[in-house]
Amino acid sequence: MSGEHDDVVVEQPKSFEFTAENLERAKAIIAKYPAGRQASAVLPLLYIAQKQHQNWVPRAAMDYIGGLLDMAPIRVYEVATFYTMFNLKPVGTYFLQVCRTTSCWLRGSDEVTETCKRKLGIDLGGTTPDGKFTLVEVECLGACVNAPVLQLHDDLYEDLNVELTEKLLDSLAKGIVPPKGSMIDRQTSAPVGGPETLTTLRFDGDGNAA
Amino acid sequence: MPKLTINGQEVEVPAGTTVLQACQSAGIEVPHFCFHERLAIAGNCRMCLVEMEKSPKPVASCAMPAADGQVVKTDSAMAQRARKGVMEFLLINHPLDCPICDQGGECDLQDEAMAFGFDRGRFQENKRAVKDKNFGPLIKTQMTRCIHCTRCVRFATDVAGVSELGATGRGENMEIGTYIEHALTSELSGNMIDLCPVGALTSKPYAFVARPWELRKTESVDVLDAVGANIRIDTRGPEVLRVLPRLHEDVNEEWLGDKGRFAIDGLMKRRLDKPYVRVDGKLTPASWAEAFTAIAARIKGLDGSKIAGIAGDLVDAESMLALKDLLTGLGSTNLDCRQDGAKLPAERAGYLFNTTIAGIDQADVVLFVGTNPRLEAPLINARFRKRYLMGGFKAAAIGPSLDLTFPVVQLGEGPEVLADLADGNHTWIETLKGAKHPMIVVGQGALAREDGAAVLALAHRLADAAGVVRDGWNGFNVLHTAAARVGGLELGFVPGAGGRDVAGILDGAGSGSIEVVYLLGADEIDTSKLGKAFVIYQGHHGDAGAARADVVLPGAAYTEKNGTYVNTEGRVQLGRLATFPPGEAREDWKILRALSDPLGHKLPYDNLAQLRQRLIEVNPRFAHVDEVVPADWVAFGAAGPTGAGPFVYPIENYYMTDPVSRSSPTMAACTESLRATVSQKTGTNG
Repeated sequence: MSGEHDDVVVEQPKSFEFTAENLERAKAIIAKYPAGRQASAVLPLLYIAQKQHQNWVPRAAMDYIGGLLDMAPIRVYEVATFYTMFNLKPVGTYFLQVCRTTSCWLRGSDEVTETCKRKLGIDLGGTTPDGKFTLVEVECLGACVNAPVLQLHDDLYEDLNVELTEKLLDSLAKGIVPPKGSMIDRQTSAPVGGPETLTTLRFDGDGNAA
Repeated sequence: MPKLTINGQEVEVPAGTTVLQACQSAGIEVPHFCFHERLAIAGNCRMCLVEMEKSPKPVASCAMPAADGQVVKTDSAMAQRARKGVMEFLLINHPLDCPICDQGGECDLQDEAMAFGFDRGRFQENKRAVKDKNFGPLIKTQMTRCIHCTRCVRFATDVAGVSELGATGRGENMEIGTYIEHALTSELSGNMIDLCPVGALTSKPYAFVARPWELRKTESVDVLDAVGANIRIDTRGPEVLRVLPRLHEDVNEEWLGDKGRFAIDGLMKRRLDKPYVRVDGKLTPASWAEAFTAIAARIKGLDGSKIAGIAGDLVDAESMLALKDLLTGLGSTNLDCRQDGAKLPAERAGYLFNTTIAGIDQADVVLFVGTNPRLEAPLINARFRKRYLMGGFKAAAIGPSLDLTFPVVQLGEGPEVLADLADGNHTWIETLKGAKHPMIVVGQGALAREDGAAVLALAHRLADAAGVVRDGWNGFNVLHTAAARVGGLELGFVPGAGGRDVAGILDGAGSGSIEVVYLLGADEIDTSKLGKAFVIYQGHHGDAGAARADVVLPGAAYTEKNGTYVNTEGRVQLGRLATFPPGEAREDWKILRALSDPLGHKLPYDNLAQLRQRLIEVNPRFAHVDEVVPADWVAFGAAGPTGAGPFVYPIENYYMTDPVSRSSPTMAACTESLRATVSQKTGTNG
C-alpha cells in the first residue's frame, strides 16, 4: 500500500482532529517519552488516527500529528509511507489481509487469496465498487500453527480453506462478522480434534491444575 | 588521540574522527557517496566498506569511529570485493544515460564505476523508474538516477534548516522528495546540486548547456550580497555559464546562496554595451568621444560644490577610488556610497561585522537589530544555524517577526525596545550580560532611517552596558547588504568637509543647487528626485539609473573586471575577470581614467597596479588581501531621540536586489514561485 505515491491524488479531507477521547490517549502516549523526544510517539499516534478515520490515515491527520509532536510534516510522511500497516488511501469497510508467508503458503494461502479475488471480483490492493471490501496480501501474521490465516482489522480468522473463506465472505457481505479465531472445531491452537498430550491433566476454572 | 594502522601505516587522529577521515588524513582515498564532512553521518550508501581486523564483515568506514589499535585494510581483496558488490547493487537501478546526463564528467558515481564497476550487468529484471519531482525553478530532478545517499535531505534539514525533503516509501519504492509537490523554500537550495553525487539533482538553468571540460574556470568573489562568498566562475567564450562556490572556511565554507549562483543569466540581459547621450529627451547611441565631450561641456567651469557622485552596491573599490579622486580634483565633496541612506559612521568598528563570520561559531547569545540575515546574507544565517545546532545558543530579534530557521525570541519591533535594553529596563539584557560570547547584529533596517545615527548610538550604549566588547572578543556587528559598502567606507567615499550625503544630493538636485550627478552603478536611489540635474550613469545594466541618465557610460559587471571588494567583515578580496565586457563597455576604472583627461584632471594612474598602489596609499588595509584587520572600539553614532515606528527590513524579495538579479530570468522565476508559495500559505492557513 505504502510506497505508492498515488495517495497524493486521493481526495483528502480538509482537516483532521483527534476526538476528545483519542486526544487523551495520544497525550498519555506522548507523556511516556522525555521532553524533546515526543516525536517517538509518532507511530502509536498514526495508529490511533487510522483507527479513528475509517482505517486510513489522511494527509490532514499526518499534518495534525506533526503539529502535535512538533515534527516537520515530511518527517511524519516518511514514517507513514515506510510502514505498510498504514493505509494512506481509503479502504473498504472490511479490510482483508491474507497471510502469504511460508506456513500459510504451504497450507494453502494461495487458494484463500484466489477465493477472495474470485468472490469479490477484485485484485490484490483493490477495493470492491460498493466500498465494502479491500483485499491485500501481507507477510507473517504470527499465527502459523493455525495456517492459513486471514486478518480482518484486529482479528484473525484461522484454518481457512476455500469453503470456509467463501462462508466468511458471504457472512461479511451480509454485515455479520463471524466469531474470530479458528474456523474449524479447534480449541485455540491445540491439535485439531482435541488435545493429544497431557490428557490426564484436569484444570479448574482459573486454569490451575486440579 | 586514537592510533590505528591503515594499510600497514600507523596513523594518529583526533578523537571523534571516523575511520574514513583517518584514511583520508593518511592520504588513502576511500570511495564514498553518502558521507560528507559537513553533514550528519548516514552510513547508507555502503560504498566506503573497508576490512577491519577482528570484524567478520567489512565495516562502513564513514560511520565507524576511529579507535585505538584498529587495523584497517582498504585495498585488501575483501574490501575490493565488497565495494564491487555495492557498486553492482547501486547500478542495478541507475540508468545508463551518462551521455545525456548533466553530471557527466563530474559525477562521483561515474568515477567510482570506472574503478569498481563490473563490465556487464547481471540484473535481468526491469530497472525501476521514478517520477521526476518539481523542486522549483532552480533544481532539475531526474529521480531515476537517485542512489538514495540522502545528502540533499540532510542538507535541507540541517544546514538550510528547511525540513521539506525526505525519503518516503521503503525498499524498492523508496523515493526522495517533498511528498506533496512544492518548490523548496530555501535560499541555499543550489548547494544540493553540488552535493548530489549523481545526476539526480542538477541545475535547471544550466541544463544541457555545457560539459565541465569545455569551461574556463576563474576564481573570484560573489558581490550580490555583502558576505563575499568565494566563487568559481565557469565560462565558455563570452558567456558566464555557471557559478560554483569555492572553499573558504572563514567566509562561506563550501556553500553559496542561490542568488550568487543563479542570477548570472542576468549578466547577458539588459546590458549597456555602448555609450548613450540624451538628445532631445531621448537616449541615443554615441561614441565614447561624443559621450565624454557631452560630459566635459557640462562640467567644465562648473563649481565643484555643484557636482556630486553616488556609488552603487556592486562597485569595486578601484572604480570608487577613481571617481573619488576625479570628483575631489573637480573640487566636489558631495560623495556618498550609502545609497540606502544608512547612517554608517566613519569609525570602522561602527560599520564592520567585527566578530567575523567564523567568530559566530563561538557566540552563545545573539541579538538581531533590524536585520533579517536569512534574506540579507543567507550564508551568515546558515552559520548562525550551525551554531544553534551545536546547542547552548540563544537568539533574539528587534524588528518584525522573522523565520530564521532557528528559534528567535521577538523582543519588539522598534528602537524603543533597544532603548529599554540599553537602560536595563528589559529583562532580556540579563541574558546578554550573562553570555560568554554575546553578539549584537545591527542591520541596515535599523540604520537606514531618519534616526539611524541615534539607533547606532543606542546599540553602542547597549554593547557597553552588556559588555559585548571585551578582551579578545568584539561582539558588535553591522550586517551589510551591499558588496561595495564596506569598500566605499574604507576608502572614504563619504561626504567630505561641507559635502552632501545621498539625501542632501537628491535635495540639491531637486532644488537646483546640484547640477551634475555622477551615478557609479547607483540604481537603488529614488531617481525621480534628481530634478533637472545632468545625470551621468556609469554601470553595466539598463536599470533605474540608466533610464534617468543624460549620458550613459557602459561599464563592466563583476565577472568582467579585476576588482577589489571588501565584505561585511572588512575582509579585502579580489574579484577576477572571467569574461570581457560586452560591446564597447570597458572596465570601470579605465572609463574614469579616460574621462578625467578631457575634464582636465588627469588621474595619476595608468594601470591597475598603480591604481592598487594608490588604494593602499589611501588605506593601507587594502594591502592585506583576505585578512580581517580588527577595528578599535571607539565611540560612534550620535546620541539623540529615536523615532517611533518599527524597523523595516531592507530586503523583501531575496531573489531581486540589484541590477543583475533584476535582469535574471531565473531570479524572476524564483520570485514568481516564491509568490505562489506565499499565497498558497495564506490560502490554507486562513
